[in-house]
Amino acid sequence: MSKTIDVRKILADNLVVVIFLVITAFAVPVSGLSAQFIIQELLTRIGRNAFLVFSLLLPIMAGMGINFGMVLGAMAGEIGLIVAVDWGILGVNGLALAALVGMPVAVLLGWLAGEVLNRARGREMVTGYILGFFMDGVYQLIVLYMMGSIIPIRSPAITLSRGYGIRNTLGLDSVRQSLDTLLAVRVGPYVLPMATYVVIGLLCLFILWFRRTKLGQDMRAIGQDQGVSHSAGIAVERTRIIAIVISTVLAMIGQIIFLQNMGNMATYNAHKQTGFFAAAALLVGGASVSKATIPNVFIGVVLLHLMYIVMPRAGAQLFGQAQIGEFFRDALSYAAIAMALVIYAWRKRANADKARAGLRGGEAAGGAK
Amino acid sequence: MNTLKQAVTDFGWPRIIIFLFVVALFIGAPFVNVRVDSSFTDVFNRFGQNAVLVLALVPMVQAGCGLNFGLPVGIIAGLLGSTLAMEFGLVGWAGFLGAIALALPFAVAFGFAYGFLLNKVKGEEMTIAMYVGFSIVTFFAILWLLLPYSSPNMVWGYAGRGLRTTITLEGYWGRILNDFLALRIGENFQFPTGMILFVVLLTVLMGFFLRSKTGTAMTAVGSNPDFARAGGVSADRMRLTSVVLSTVIGAVGILVYQQSFGFIQIYNAPLFMAFPAVAALLIGGASVNKASMLNVIVGTFLFQSILTMTPSVINSVLQTDMSEVIRILISNGMILYALTRKTKVTK
Repeated sequence: MSKTIDVRKILADNLVVVIFLVITAFAVPVSGLSAQFIIQELLTRIGRNAFLVFSLLLPIMAGMGINFGMVLGAMAGEIGLIVAVDWGILGVNGLALAALVGMPVAVLLGWLAGEVLNRARGREMVTGYILGFFMDGVYQLIVLYMMGSIIPIRSPAITLSRGYGIRNTLGLDSVRQSLDTLLAVRVGPYVLPMATYVVIGLLCLFILWFRRTKLGQDMRAIGQDQGVSHSAGIAVERTRIIAIVISTVLAMIGQIIFLQNMGNMATYNAHKQTGFFAAAALLVGGASVSKATIPNVFIGVVLLHLMYIVMPRAGAQLFGQAQIGEFFRDALSYAAIAMALVIYAWRKRANADKARAGLRGGEAAGGAK
Repeated sequence: MNTLKQAVTDFGWPRIIIFLFVVALFIGAPFVNVRVDSSFTDVFNRFGQNAVLVLALVPMVQAGCGLNFGLPVGIIAGLLGSTLAMEFGLVGWAGFLGAIALALPFAVAFGFAYGFLLNKVKGEEMTIAMYVGFSIVTFFAILWLLLPYSSPNMVWGYAGRGLRTTITLEGYWGRILNDFLALRIGENFQFPTGMILFVVLLTVLMGFFLRSKTGTAMTAVGSNPDFARAGGVSADRMRLTSVVLSTVIGAVGILVYQQSFGFIQIYNAPLFMAFPAVAALLIGGASVNKASMLNVIVGTFLFQSILTMTPSVINSVLQTDMSEVIRILISNGMILYALTRKTKVTK
């Protein structure tokens, strides 16, 4: 009896994962892609995307929901890369320089985002989303109008022909896949970008360690109850800002890793989908808006990208149009986010109702005595 | 002096800056050889084109459901209406009114489902609305490819199936409201009387509705749900009504937009249509839980003036195209300001 209930509860808790699994399991054979191709793609994409997804973990721990403002970090990373390319620093050194330049930018943006989100309690997610749009405008202002005119840019190869502003596509040849190939290990037919994996592994260790620190404990306490945490002497606002700052810095590094793998950068569009992909991956991996773990990240990246690899081909095979598969995967990813948000809000209300009902029942019992 | 200060704080600095910016644009226009009369023509056109979409946000704000970032739900219903009307070969007024009639059942059905969902997720409406909007737009992108539309004016020429990304309304009902009783004054000024009348009609109707018994109850639910419940008003039912109404007006809004624009845009085009509408409403002085007809009119007019005037005026002044950046900063800055306005006192 208790076992059947458990199964149903597990299914309900992981509804999004189960739906994704079923659809992907159906689409993989339909697509007709070879297992070897799919696995190699997945291995590459884990290295490319996992770091970005990890940047969402801390704000969730601090009860701030999904940090759609992580795109601010992505922009900081892009600014770092522009500088690295402009100065012509090659390879991993270039990436390190990009991260070094991006760091103060990310800290500043993260602090700003934290301040804004502290003023929008209870609607952090939508505010973070709009903040991403707003800062996209600021980013354009800086990169398209100030770089080359106010901020000196040396290389004419990356500026627009009018003399200022960065080109729409920035070739990252000087740093292309430098981290991935730093320690590429060949296992059978597959190539593993071990250096990237090591960086991701270090990040996992950092997160595990961070949870045990005083700051990490404070964050979890705030995630549970802000009022109680405040009474317990935790600086709620400050801790929330720190969570966002760390998240933004991680997103900055994540975006650099992502772009070095891609090999070129759509200067004005590269960050636009970052938040969407990271959020979708995390939620597809079984995380909720209030709880996310390291396995969620990996399951999510694998599942989401498996779908992104096979869906266009599956659409082409089924309907004769790859476009249908592309629309379908977008629709499914958006729906996965919507559904995860709905389940979270639903459960939050159900718990509140239950608590209230319990209170009422208690009173009634007390009155009967 | 203090009352003035209070008024300024209530109205909000961003709005005052935006208002002064618009005034400066109109004053500056003649000095950089931008014709004010043709600019006004554009402003009126775009005002009418967008006002109904902005109006669609009001019921949900009033009922406490927040800013309707899920406006695409209504827009999709409108798209179904106009594409079906074209498929049935309706032209002229029959086409436009037919499109509205065909869109209504979809809008009501979608609105019910959407409202039902939003009632289940109180407190998280805005984020969820946004993603519901994104989901329905991308889902319908599949349907636009698969549904058996056959009118040669709408489907891809070579494949014979699947709707085009933009469908022209030329020969159907393009500019039918704009040209109705249009006033031409001088060489460069034309006033789209029909469309403005239509907007005014809808705005007045909405104003009356909000003053009716149902409308008052809706506002009560938005301002104080517990109080409304004590007064015998079902909060859930009022919220549902507001969402259905918002979706229906959204559907009509996109039809007005299309006839003025001259094209039906499908696939990913509606994805971000809610954001400019929200920005316009907020610029007009609305907040996350209070909006009036005046906010709609003033906001749409100011926002569309900025969109019309910045490309020409600012570009002439700065010799560079910065209008896109200005648009992004103003519209999203305004939404951010509204979202961060009400602070709770917990430290």
